[in-house]
Amino acid sequence: MKIWLIAEMTFHEARQRRLVWIGALLGLLFLGVFALGYYLMYQDMARFAGPLSTQAIGAANGFALMGLYAINFLGVMLAVIISVDTLSGEISSGTIHTIVTKPLRRWEIVVGKWLGLLAMLSLFILFLCAGLSLITWLIARHIPPNIVQGTALMILCGTVVMTLSLLGSTYLAALANGVVVLMLYGLAFAAGWMEEFGAIFQNASAVQVGIVVSLLVPAEAMWKRAAYLMQPSFVREFGMSPFGAGSAPSPAMVIYTFLYVLVILAAAVRLFQRRDL
Amino acid sequence: MWAIEAISLRKEYGRTVAVADLNLQVRQGEVFGFLGANGAGKTTTVKMLLGLVRPSAGQAFVLGRRPGDPAAMAHIGFLPEHFRFHPWLTAADFLDYHARMYSMPAEERRRRIPELLERVGLAGWERTRLAKFSKGMLQRLGLAQALLNHPRVVFLDEPTSGLDPLGRREVREIIRQLRDAGVTVFLNSHMLGEVEAVCDRVGIIRQGELVRVGTLEELAGGTLQVEIRAQGLTPELTAGLARWGRVVRQEGNDRVLLEAAKEEALPAIASWLVENGARLYALTPCRRPLEDLFVQIVEGER
Repeated sequence: MKIWLIAEMTFHEARQRRLVWIGALLGLLFLGVFALGYYLMYQDMARFAGPLSTQAIGAANGFALMGLYAINFLGVMLAVIISVDTLSGEISSGTIHTIVTKPLRRWEIVVGKWLGLLAMLSLFILFLCAGLSLITWLIARHIPPNIVQGTALMILCGTVVMTLSLLGSTYLAALANGVVVLMLYGLAFAAGWMEEFGAIFQNASAVQVGIVVSLLVPAEAMWKRAAYLMQPSFVREFGMSPFGAGSAPSPAMVIYTFLYVLVILAAAVRLFQRRDL
Repeated sequence: MWAIEAISLRKEYGRTVAVADLNLQVRQGEVFGFLGANGAGKTTTVKMLLGLVRPSAGQAFVLGRRPGDPAAMAHIGFLPEHFRFHPWLTAADFLDYHARMYSMPAEERRRRIPELLERVGLAGWERTRLAKFSKGMLQRLGLAQALLNHPRVVFLDEPTSGLDPLGRREVREIIRQLRDAGVTVFLNSHMLGEVEAVCDRVGIIRQGELVRVGTLEELAGGTLQVEIRAQGLTPELTAGLARWGRVVRQEGNDRVLLEAAKEEALPAIASWLVENGARLYALTPCRRPLEDLFVQIVEGER
């Protein structure tokens, strides 16, 4: 299958452009900073409430959630950076001409690139989530609850953004595409909070607007569900926090997001197939 | 079956007609030169024939199949006009990647890649990254890429741009070798000397319309220019040459350029000159330069 060859090349390209190494190095730096902060915070809580006490674990879990929030944000940024010019760059440089005139279908190029980008994004988020879990276990003998589902949802969140960016790159230049995708993500981010506050203040209109925007760009909704699953119980009871979620989007929303990604990918294929190169 | 066939092929960009109802047939095994001024529609035509651009109307076939059909593309090679690829790849990796797109087995790739690099004059550059290649070297590598799959049809879009005279000669030689091997070559070029040297037939496109197709002789209208060098070319003798054609110009008493109707007239001209007292040193048939034809067709018909 030529798809795997394109996927391999996409991954290889990111490696050659040093994106993989820069991501890994900055990821390590992030984990180092997180480990230091987590250690200092946990030492204080353990002194105050005793090691492995409910308060110490609760605080540690809250701090871990903040780290996961940062990982999700970094994942979204990486999703945009790696995909923003993946097709438009090759179209403008003419590189695409020698690829498209080979015995392969255009959909194989789009899907191959998507798979290569997905592999890169998944590895990045997996690496950071695994690193963070290792740190919290080594320091506090604690791992955030539902970390596997949470990580999968964070990958899905980044995949939504990456797929939108791939769609944009079939027609838009890199800069315009980056602006559009980040604006859409910003919109989804704001809508997520609008829904959250709407629920707290029982404002049905705000909740409705939040839901509609989340359906248009379901990235933030996936983080909300991931955060709801991974957050400590006291945050859930409190109703909201800057890094967690008072309520979780339903499993149906996760299924919707999967379908959404497939539809956006199909649209990218369709646009690329119809485009003059 | 034609190697390449275009039936009323048309491309419009808004109100601009880039290619207007182009009808063209290219035979298998011929080298076809496609000429036109800048912006005449050459590259758009090539892109439609390769499935890179969707026609607004009409149909195109390459090896009997629609452009873009993988079954046809497996037998097609293409060198784009401004060939570029990922600069971080080495020459060998670049060719390996493209060979894998043809599903070429590893063993064949190991044999074919050094062979092609040798053929385009890049032996010894296998491990060098494309970033360090000059424009001419990139062009040679692009040509190697176009020949990877032992193609039956090769599209070359300005293949010698960026090449030095030696490189141009090598490319001409490769084109001749391809023709000898029965490969159809569609040569898109405005290097008229190059087209003249290697093409069996030529098509000339002007403002999106194919205005002439034929061999160079056919394009010249069947006439042949003959340079006569002889001592004693009197005005009477020069005037007498008119029975075989038109005297284009006379230089002194020993040189005349005659436009003859057909090549068969040459022995008779030679005999007549000698019989009438001229000392004939040379009688050289020379084809009318393509550049003259091109300028006449492209500008003269405006």
